[in-house]
Amino acid sequence: MSGKTTLKKGTFIERVIASTPGGERLVHCIQCGTCGGSCPSGADMDHTPRAIINMIRAGEREQVLSSNMLWACVSCYFCTSRCPQEIPITDIIYTCKRFSIAEKAYKETDAVALAQTFTGYVDKYGRSFEFGLATGYHLLNRPLKMMAMGPMGMAMFSRGRMALTPSKIKNIGQLQAIIKKARQIGAQQHAGR
Amino acid sequence: MKYSYYPGCSLECNAAAYDVSVKAVADLLGIKLVELEDWNCCGATEYFSQDELTACSVIARNLALVEPELNQLVAPCAACYLNLKKVDHLMGKFPQLGSQVNEALAAGGLSYRPGRVTVRHMLDVIVDDLGETAVRDKVSRPLAGLRFAPYYGCQVVRPLDNGDSPEYPTKMDRLLSWLGAEVVDYPVKAHCCGGHMTQISEPQAFELIRRLLQSAAEYEADMIVCMCPMCQLNLDGYQARVNKHFNTNFRLPIMYFTQILGLAFGIEPKKLGFGKELVAAMPVVKAKLNGAMASSG
Amino acid sequence: MAEKVGIYVCHCGSNIAGTVDCEEVARWAGQNIRDVAVARDYKFMCSSLGQQLIEDDIKKEGLTRVVVAACSPHLHEKTFRRACQNAGLNPYLCHMTNVREHVSWVNNDKKAGTEKVKSLVSAAAERVKHQQPLEPFFVKVNPATLVIGGGIAGLQATLELADAGYPVYLVEREPSIGGHMAQFDKTFPTLDCSACILTPKMSEVGQHENVTMFTYSELEEVSGSVGSFKVKIRKRARYVDYDKCTGCGICVEKCPRKVVDDDFEAGLGYRKAIYTPFPQAVPRVPVIDTANCTYFQSGKCKVCSKVCPTDAVRYDQQDEIVELEVGNIVLATGWKLFDCKRLPNYGFGRLANVYTNLEFERLCNAAGPTNGKIVLRDGKTEPQRVAIIHCVGSRDSRYNSFCSAVCCMAAMKFGHLVLEKTNAEVYSFYIDMRPNQKDYEEFYQRLLEEGMHFVRGRVAEVTDAARRPEEQGKLIVQYEDTLLGEQKRLPVDMVILMGAMEPQADAKEMGLKCGISCSMAGWFTERHPKLDPVATMTDGVFVAGVCQGPKDIPAAVAQGAAAAARISGMITNGKVMIEPIVASIDEESCSGCRVCNNMCPYNAIEFDETKNVSRVITAMCKGCGTCVAACPCDAISGAHFKNEQIYAEIEGILWDAQPAAAATEGGR
Repeated sequence: MSGKTTLKKGTFIERVIASTPGGERLVHCIQCGTCGGSCPSGADMDHTPRAIINMIRAGEREQVLSSNMLWACVSCYFCTSRCPQEIPITDIIYTCKRFSIAEKAYKETDAVALAQTFTGYVDKYGRSFEFGLATGYHLLNRPLKMMAMGPMGMAMFSRGRMALTPSKIKNIGQLQAIIKKARQIGAQQHAGR
Repeated sequence: MKYSYYPGCSLECNAAAYDVSVKAVADLLGIKLVELEDWNCCGATEYFSQDELTACSVIARNLALVEPELNQLVAPCAACYLNLKKVDHLMGKFPQLGSQVNEALAAGGLSYRPGRVTVRHMLDVIVDDLGETAVRDKVSRPLAGLRFAPYYGCQVVRPLDNGDSPEYPTKMDRLLSWLGAEVVDYPVKAHCCGGHMTQISEPQAFELIRRLLQSAAEYEADMIVCMCPMCQLNLDGYQARVNKHFNTNFRLPIMYFTQILGLAFGIEPKKLGFGKELVAAMPVVKAKLNGAMASSG
Repeated sequence: MAEKVGIYVCHCGSNIAGTVDCEEVARWAGQNIRDVAVARDYKFMCSSLGQQLIEDDIKKEGLTRVVVAACSPHLHEKTFRRACQNAGLNPYLCHMTNVREHVSWVNNDKKAGTEKVKSLVSAAAERVKHQQPLEPFFVKVNPATLVIGGGIAGLQATLELADAGYPVYLVEREPSIGGHMAQFDKTFPTLDCSACILTPKMSEVGQHENVTMFTYSELEEVSGSVGSFKVKIRKRARYVDYDKCTGCGICVEKCPRKVVDDDFEAGLGYRKAIYTPFPQAVPRVPVIDTANCTYFQSGKCKVCSKVCPTDAVRYDQQDEIVELEVGNIVLATGWKLFDCKRLPNYGFGRLANVYTNLEFERLCNAAGPTNGKIVLRDGKTEPQRVAIIHCVGSRDSRYNSFCSAVCCMAAMKFGHLVLEKTNAEVYSFYIDMRPNQKDYEEFYQRLLEEGMHFVRGRVAEVTDAARRPEEQGKLIVQYEDTLLGEQKRLPVDMVILMGAMEPQADAKEMGLKCGISCSMAGWFTERHPKLDPVATMTDGVFVAGVCQGPKDIPAAVAQGAAAAARISGMITNGKVMIEPIVASIDEESCSGCRVCNNMCPYNAIEFDETKNVSRVITAMCKGCGTCVAACPCDAISGAHFKNEQIYAEIEGILWDAQPAAAATEGGR
């Protein structure tokens, strides 16, 4: 049965659905908890994925976007693959992460800094840079952890598993033009909403 | 058999063992891999957390670069594999997103028609396209005596269909059994290694890693055989720290399935990147294979 | 003389008027369609006042044709035809056009909807002018009935009809009647013994003078129509002479070949290669499972034949086709269990102590493989803790979207039996508790009192991957307690999966044989979901029990009885009306090529050798039109679907089309 659903434009749930490919399945949630039971990070979350879905329905925007659940997600897709209502839960979590970053609603997580450092390298070189990530991100965010990482980093380095310089793609200009255009379309779309 | 090849950033350095073993095995099996010219990073999960359209566009650049006569793109890294396949899937299923991505690609003089490229994982190419006989024919050093725990991780078997079960996949089980090895049917073979969580929240990541090591150890596996650089890094690179954290004593080498395949094909272990792993594999290989390894020192 | 057409546009409350301007349609029709004498709109045309409007107009205005734009003809064609007949107009001069299901219910644009209804009304008006008066005819109802399926619904239908004095042929695929109910131990909510209430009905059917049973048999073919169906039944070879066998069971006892019984014992127990499924089987005549019989596989053994005191074993027996004539057919073909291996995260087939609901029915059945002892797969260990998982394959859009309706109650029944027979704790993992029939909620309360644990949360996975010492060697159920919002793990010894009820694998095929369709989910479609739940769109074919949709025993029994009541009424009446919408062959034009003879799906065309022409057997013709289209000489016409009627309808629907196309073709 696919009845027509009318969601008020601009409400939190409507924004989440509109920003997630296939997100309209969200309204079919029967709160069974398969996602919450499946999540490998379930024990570390303040709210389970099921609860997050229900909070989206209840319009609890601030609570959802500040939940540590978003950043505990490891993208294993068990929730999505097991959901009896075929809701793309992992992708809905990605959408919430984007909203959370855009609204700076996240709390006490290094995930955002990691993501930004990572994509910063991609924007600059067209490739990721593990050494840069390991040093740059950790130096900025957790200098103490760098110490603990030491022996492992040395072991990796001695086995030739860590490069000191990033590699760069040839046509970086082309990639940057694509990224610039994509951001521009995204910004227009956001303004249009 | 000719495929376009997308190694991905990890295989350039951290997972160089994967890259050399993929190439060595492909060569022996008559699979021609043509590296995608000037490919860029797939963005892992990090781009999708920030900007979906940019994430898709960055990934789609790679799809657009695939030469028309080579419509099969092989990615050995699970994250790259899923990202490439997912963008092709999303562009096809959601035309509005598809046209926006193409608008962005146009800024770089490129375009991509969804469905033009089929994204494949290296495991699928070997098991589905070549099959049992072709693999068995090349086995010159049967691995009888070694017990492997095949580890699939997440992103190849979920959420998009690769012809295997998303819960209990069996493709690698079959492949390893063709090599004469014993395969343990342990329950967590498609569970998560923690992904990037080792960088963000170690206690959380270490617990996930421990579950995998513990289950494989309980089933008395000699080593875990994986198919993703992230899984390898987490299980191998962090194994010592996990042991310290939980006061455990796991010593499980974590090897790429192509390294094991190459071993059975009689390729010299050094040429397969053996030795790059932090938990050394050769001692157990030598102990279990007895005379068969004598020649390769 | 021009016809005088009456047009009636129904509002159907707001069902049609909500998205169609009915007033405007009537006004437009009165002004724009030729030969329209009266055009009205009305709130409810099917009401007696609405019907009266038509009758009065026929009498006062002298209408010769009537068009009603309303709901589906399935619902009210008879109503409006009767109104015309009451006023002296031949009922086949009335035409209904469906503007509810085809327009208002599937559209939100009132303007576009109104325009579409105008076109449909125009089409109907042009068509109806070409319709001709027809007279229905009547056929006698054969008092015999065919019941397919010997489960509780089919048994009920069989007994009701047989007790009313009418002959019944009962066809059952398995070697014995009884169906799934014969496998059960107790029935909810009363907990009376399933066998104790079922077997009396089984033996009554077996001994009834009006019942002829065909077990181990299947429906092969159906032809004819209501009142006079011809059916073919395939009696599969049992390799035992039905008449000579006394059912003593010596052959079964002596048979040296023991095989796993995947049918009646759901894989938990064994049967012999020659067997009756269970001790109270009806009939007692065994069958030989040739795939497992030593004689059939290797040519040696013949023990059963040697020990049979009446010389009843027949290794050379063949399948037999029996032809029967019946007036009505009841489909009571039941259901099959969802394949629980399709949800690998629950471990069925991989983890020994994960059971399906049917397996557990056998496990706790006193006549089952463990004599009713609830023990693990090792045959001896009593579980300390049991988890029951609801909705396995039900309420799951990837497999079956529907609720299987019985699992909540069956799970509680299992819980009660475990609590009664063992010292184990029982946990039910549910999404929503649905104990919604008489005395069911009370049963839920009883289980709460008995200490069964109810956890709201669909289980994520059942695993043997222990994380903590107390999980070692156990099955671990991982889930979210959704009422607490916490992920949890529970070590248990036994897991029972409440697998969904699914349509039989061959339901669609069976429906096709009998001319009825299946819903999206695969259940047989009833004539009306509320008001006609056991009849179907094919007259004379009825459905009863789970084959129409998931239901419990009381509901299945009620449907079996309802179908029997409907059929009894028809038999008492003695005759049924047949629509005169049939094909006829113009003997002058027929070339005798016989193309139509083989085309007819209903075998309704015979060939007259002396005149060298084909002829339609009106009673068997369904008016499908296949022969009309196939005839190379245009010698066949279908009443009520004549070419000029169809062309007029097309022209009517294209009332606003520009004639330009025709003009450029140089005029027609």
